[in-house]
Amino acid sequence: MKKFWLSTIVIALMVPASTFAQKYAATKSVVSFYSHATIEDIKAATTTSIGLADLSTNAVAFSITIKDFVFDKNLMQEHFNEKYMESEKYPKATFQGKIEGFDASKKGEQAVKAVGKLTMHGVTKDVELPGTMEAITDTSLSIKTTFTVKLEDYKIKIPQVLWQNIAESIEVKVDFTLVKK
Amino acid sequence: MNSRIGLLFLLSICAMQSYGQDLLAELQQEEKKQKEYTIATFKSTRIINGHSVEMKGAGELEFIISHRFGTISSGSYNLFGLDQSYIRIGLEYGITDRLGVGLGRSSFNKIYDAYVKYKLLRQSTGPGSSPFTVTAFGSINIQDFEQTPGTYSTYMDRASYIGQLLIARKFSPKFSAQITPTIIHTNVVDQSRLTNDQAAMGIGARYKLTRSLAINAEYFYRINPIANTPYYNSLGIGLDIETGGHVFQLVLSNTQGMIERTFVTETADDFFDGGIHFGFNITRAFQLKKKTK
Repeated sequence: MKKFWLSTIVIALMVPASTFAQKYAATKSVVSFYSHATIEDIKAATTTSIGLADLSTNAVAFSITIKDFVFDKNLMQEHFNEKYMESEKYPKATFQGKIEGFDASKKGEQAVKAVGKLTMHGVTKDVELPGTMEAITDTSLSIKTTFTVKLEDYKIKIPQVLWQNIAESIEVKVDFTLVKK
Repeated sequence: MNSRIGLLFLLSICAMQSYGQDLLAELQQEEKKQKEYTIATFKSTRIINGHSVEMKGAGELEFIISHRFGTISSGSYNLFGLDQSYIRIGLEYGITDRLGVGLGRSSFNKIYDAYVKYKLLRQSTGPGSSPFTVTAFGSINIQDFEQTPGTYSTYMDRASYIGQLLIARKFSPKFSAQITPTIIHTNVVDQSRLTNDQAAMGIGARYKLTRSLAINAEYFYRINPIANTPYYNSLGIGLDIETGGHVFQLVLSNTQGMIERTFVTETADDFFDGGIHFGFNITRAFQLKKKTK
């Protein structure tokens, strides 16, 4: 009997812990990428991505809607979705992982890394994203990361005739401002 | 005792939820509330001869050049029709993503045409979504060639007006279909061959074979042709080949017309009796205004 009450108390204590979770949701986001190739430089950006961070567990996640990337040229945008990213089949690029090296009590930008799983074009890879994080105020955070994606790793195929137009590795920049929920 | 176990179980679930909660799952829940528009229902602004719901984006200019040759059955003397070619040179421009204008000149019957396309509805998923993309199409054209001498007395006698609703749905990433109710008013026609107000219903579809290849088909059924009409309903099949900035459309159809006035009302050959013409549309897009800063 004692055991029962003990376990009940332990579990009951765990419940309110959820209210202590320090969840932050992205209110502003800019995700952009850049491809530098012989013939042309290609860049695109989106501001519709969403993200969450939980400082109690250091968990972080973001989700990018592929279709929302805006390019200089309409045709590029269509090819990006239709031919390369197959965005109807794989509408999102996501990351889920843990932040390492962040101290919420410190002021200013801190170098951190996020270790976790990056998924795009239906392929999931274990990655380590280098970045910076900053507690802007008591209730807001900034998270930034710049990383390189090798197209081959995610089975994104570029036709041979366009090899000179599209780089094999793309630089991706993610910039989130998050506010405490 | 049972109720105690129940309590324990309930609390365990609560605890599990608060700890095991997956941030990504939470984001995905959030995303379900977002509206998403369907893109690329068709590869080109044309299915075969007729327009598709697709339009050029804001600031994009498309140069479109089309050829329709003589009938393949005309034999090797005419190089299977290649000796007799008709051409249409056209331009289409996107003023906004939803409003476009175009101009063209066809050598077949020497016709100038101008049109406006407006996207009324966009197919989408999510809240308040539409199952179809609907584009309104309006066009005016002037035919300089007088097929039956003495038909025209004033210049505007040569004009005809076209109204269409293009209603399309992308059923899957590979398969899209469109219906196209059409009305064509021609100011003056040779009454022995044509009617002033021709109603028609077009149907068209595309099936993607690979990411750069698609097959298309299109049929226009004339609802009220005159009795003993010398013309046929137009039927076409085609192959879309897409490279970087170009779309090549190779077509086989029973018409040499490349605008509605000619291919809907004056298709001269029977597809199933040797009346097949080879042809192509080539498009090249130029982005005149950048979308991003």
